[in-house]
Amino acid sequence: MTAKLTLGPVLFNWAPEKWRDFYFGIADEALVDSVCIGEVVCAKRAAFTDPVLPEVIARLEAGGKEIIHSTLALIMNDDEMRRVRAIAAEPGHLVEANDISAVALLRGRPHAIGPFVNVYNEATLAYLARLGATRVSLPGELPAGSLAVLAKSTPVELEVQVFGRLPLALSARCYHARAHNLHKDGCQYVCADDPDGLDVETLDGEPLFVVNGTQTLSYTYCNLVGELEALGAAGIGRFRLSPQDIDMVAVARIFRDVLDGREEPLAGFHRLGGLAGPIPFSNGFYHGGEGVKSLPSPFAND
Amino acid sequence: MTAPLELVCPAGTPAALRAAVDAGADSVYLGFRDATNARNFPGLNFSRGELKQGAAYAHDHGAEIFVAINTYPEAGNLDPWHRAVDDAAALGADAILLADIGLADYAARNHPDLRRHLSVQASASNVEAIRFYHREFAIKRVVLPRVLTIGEIAALNAQVPVETEIFVFGGLCVMAEGRCALSSYITGVSPNKDGACSPASHVRYEERGDELVSKLGDHTINVFASGEAAGYPTLCKGRFVTRGRVSYLFEDPASLNAIGMLPELMAAGVTAIKIEGRQRGKAYVSMVVGAFRRAVDAAAKGEAAPPVDLGAVTEGQRQTTGAYRKAWQ
Repeated sequence: MTAKLTLGPVLFNWAPEKWRDFYFGIADEALVDSVCIGEVVCAKRAAFTDPVLPEVIARLEAGGKEIIHSTLALIMNDDEMRRVRAIAAEPGHLVEANDISAVALLRGRPHAIGPFVNVYNEATLAYLARLGATRVSLPGELPAGSLAVLAKSTPVELEVQVFGRLPLALSARCYHARAHNLHKDGCQYVCADDPDGLDVETLDGEPLFVVNGTQTLSYTYCNLVGELEALGAAGIGRFRLSPQDIDMVAVARIFRDVLDGREEPLAGFHRLGGLAGPIPFSNGFYHGGEGVKSLPSPFAND
Repeated sequence: MTAPLELVCPAGTPAALRAAVDAGADSVYLGFRDATNARNFPGLNFSRGELKQGAAYAHDHGAEIFVAINTYPEAGNLDPWHRAVDDAAALGADAILLADIGLADYAARNHPDLRRHLSVQASASNVEAIRFYHREFAIKRVVLPRVLTIGEIAALNAQVPVETEIFVFGGLCVMAEGRCALSSYITGVSPNKDGACSPASHVRYEERGDELVSKLGDHTINVFASGEAAGYPTLCKGRFVTRGRVSYLFEDPASLNAIGMLPELMAAGVTAIKIEGRQRGKAYVSMVVGAFRRAVDAAAKGEAAPPVDLGAVTEGQRQTTGAYRKAWQ
């Protein structure tokens, strides 16, 4: 079976033109099989991208990409709930549930489960499969052993994030607004200033996290290019690239090249390093430890 | 007089359980001494025998026992969680608190008569999610995540077929519970998998000149000036730098206290209120449970709550009503 690549949803608040042009570039050039669209973090942002969404969908379809509509991860009020209901009711595209409420709305027909739904074990996975889940993007903190057990247990297509900042937490509070001494209701959309997230450093100057509105992510980019072969051997057939504000078409090409054996993982790792610039990589969760860590991948012995 | 709010109280030890019951708890929640519950700290929690004795003590005094089995079972290792559910049922628990879908299914199939509550760790924050757990697993009550305003809680209560329980006192998670991997990312110890956040095993304090540095693993979480009270380095309560400015970005050192909101909570349709603190001693439990007992009874009679100063148990921290007021966001 050929491994597939999914481009995750853009988690950050990009200007509508930038957002549209990013997806146009992906549609035309990126070697990915599936592309997630839709606002996951903050419902307020959707007003900006909704107007350009039809063009983006048309272009992605023309580019032969499977479209997945991702839904909000934290739903606390009727407006947010309405938004998820509307997406769940749309015919045509696969919808990715990022909260149990969306699972409830999609129950009984094929749907995807996103990484914000807690799927930690084979019992939960089997239950969700019975409700109609055909594809599950697993939580980032699962170690290799759990991934292998899950893959063995199910016919459901499993996906693991192999590139990009790891989503770590969600809150009702907007940390971007707070960092600007603003309230969430009067946030002035300051999160748009930081298309890759706002750095959060320790008092000793170590960058530890980034905040993205109500979301907190890792400062490091997760990078499992060195673990792809082991993931594939364990039965994981789909890999998620989470968009960062770098050349994601090039990132996708590197992963495709490594998956297809045209590139050695070590060479791919170095090429990704060139694209990521100063941002360090991490793979600690996969290896069962601190997520922030970068442990030697199999290719370290090459 | 309207029905009083049910007062749900923490116990990390048998002594705390007795203190909670003696101080007027309607129900006491606790966990087994392992990773099946979200307060898996050294020296805390209950053996099977202690649960049996504790349940007998509570039942003799008209109180109920809830057993929290609210972490996410490990793939390929479901047995400890299944055993926890089986033993809670056998040893006299009145309800179990669950978060994982697979485990809720196990409990519903194998112990249909054991009452199931949805733990805050399931992060069910909206009407569709709550209805889902009710329909699939006959959940009787949901503990709401600490992300909702009182207005949102009232709106939910008008639409869901289950009781709601909310936290009113103690430590304050600022992230949606059960969806936070900050501790896991920094320490490798996961609230969801291991039942612990910012574990003491990873905490270090270092003196640096006149300052005291608190660390989690190798990472600085706070630096205290000489004479400044040094708090525990919980990740989301640390001091960080954003945009060149030092701040408590996620949350100030503050303790949740909604004792002044009880009439509003009753009007919002809340059934039960919950005190955080299974890691706290029996003195804390006695004092806080007693104060809330008096406040709950006064609110049920439409009377003003007797004045109480809980500053002694909040370690001098500022007190906040957290997400219940929209200004918090």
